[in-house]
Amino acid sequence: MSTLEGSLSILKNPAILSYIFKGVAFTLIISVVAVGIGVLLGSVLALVRNYCTTKKTRIFKWLATAYIEIFRNTPLLLWIFICLVFFPFPEFLSKKMFGLTSVEVKLLFKGATALILFTSSIIAEIVRGGLNSVAQGQFEAGHSQGFNTVQIMIYIILPQAYRNIVPTLLSQVITTIKDSSYLANIAVIELMSRVKTLLSAANKYNGTGSVNVSDVFVLLGAAAIIYFIINFTLSSIVRYMQKHPRIPKAAERAA
Amino acid sequence: MDGLFSITAWEKVWTYRSTFLLGLYNTSRMALFALILSLVLGIIFGLMATSGKKYLEVISRVYVEVIQNTPLILQLCFLYYALAFSGKSLGIVVTGIISLGIYHGAYMAEVVRAGIGAIPKGQFEAAESQGFNYVEKMYFIILPQSIKIILPPMVNQIVNLIKNTSCLYIIGGADLISLTYSFVTGATTGGAYAPAYLVSGLLFFIVCFPLSTLASIWENSLKKRELKTAEAVKTISEGVVTK
Repeated sequence: MSTLEGSLSILKNPAILSYIFKGVAFTLIISVVAVGIGVLLGSVLALVRNYCTTKKTRIFKWLATAYIEIFRNTPLLLWIFICLVFFPFPEFLSKKMFGLTSVEVKLLFKGATALILFTSSIIAEIVRGGLNSVAQGQFEAGHSQGFNTVQIMIYIILPQAYRNIVPTLLSQVITTIKDSSYLANIAVIELMSRVKTLLSAANKYNGTGSVNVSDVFVLLGAAAIIYFIINFTLSSIVRYMQKHPRIPKAAERAA
Repeated sequence: MDGLFSITAWEKVWTYRSTFLLGLYNTSRMALFALILSLVLGIIFGLMATSGKKYLEVISRVYVEVIQNTPLILQLCFLYYALAFSGKSLGIVVTGIISLGIYHGAYMAEVVRAGIGAIPKGQFEAAESQGFNYVEKMYFIILPQSIKIILPPMVNQIVNLIKNTSCLYIIGGADLISLTYSFVTGATTGGAYAPAYLVSGLLFFIVCFPLSTLASIWENSLKKRELKTAEAVKTISEGVVTK
């Protein structure tokens, strides 16, 4: 099994290891940023879609609905390609940073934008689910206490809605970590693309002079294990939270 | 770069309309076969997860967790390159069907598991007490009841499956997105970015939007019906208590 030993020796190379772990860092940062901004955009979209129902504001509801439905029903890769061509890139960012070349920074910016736009449409639906789970009586109670609609939203509805959707948002982080591998199609920045690049150059490192099947198993297997550890940890947390909700359900409270 | 309103760009797209139709055909063909594979896997592993036998449950759990916690692109590359470097390449389309089927099979298994898990235990026991064997119990009693819980999320999975055919781009795929991309970057056809992306997005939307709308309407009506039954049960039991 000399080819397998050769493949395993790739993973012992410190330069390659740091290359891979930079990819992991990028994957995590991109995903967390995408979900973070996605929560902001998604909340706005969800609020507009749910509550802009008067005659004057109905146009905004339609726009938000159109945005959500369009992004939910087309593939992420299409949006990555679209942003690559059409999304404006601020020139002052066009320089070397985070150990990437200026071209890569540009691709990262555009790819991440596509991911954010796509993710926010999904999060909008999650937030909407949270908003709908808040009982109607809460609005009436707020109004009766003299709150206006904005105050009711900020102080009464949104806190309850967010608390209900924390597990779902965490599973969205998992989905986004997996979705960030789509960026491998356009640039070598995150984990998936880095492993794929290593695979195509494996003949330089494994000592046999050619790329073997064992390289596929070792390199892609290592990436799979890394993804699995991250996502399985997150999904275990989600399961724990769903089993042990911090707020008991209304029925349990009443009992 | 031709804009959205350039007539020449639209003419180019119209001239090469067969590219988009071929892409749509490939995407739907792959989605169909992958769907069949994922349904088979989903039903098998979903039934295993609810069988009550520990080792079957563990096998099903491992399959679901491993597949759901790694990206589809990684699985696809793994399968494709492992086959390619061992000299047994199956071709892009077949590889795509297999890995899409396995990936969505895990999600289908979870859907089936949740659907069967939602059926009250008494139904299983009632079926057993009537002398039904496993197949009869599932076929006549359990699955007809769980199918209405299973179907809406399953339709959502079909939408995801159709969208995920775009993964094949990374191995040089033949799906709609890959063909669109090679159209806009091709030497003789290139340039018509806006119309080409619009057309291919529209094709996806036309296929996916009715499905996802159907799924959400279905789900809402199910929730409403459940709420009504819960209220009815509540009033009945309250009535019993007050009497």
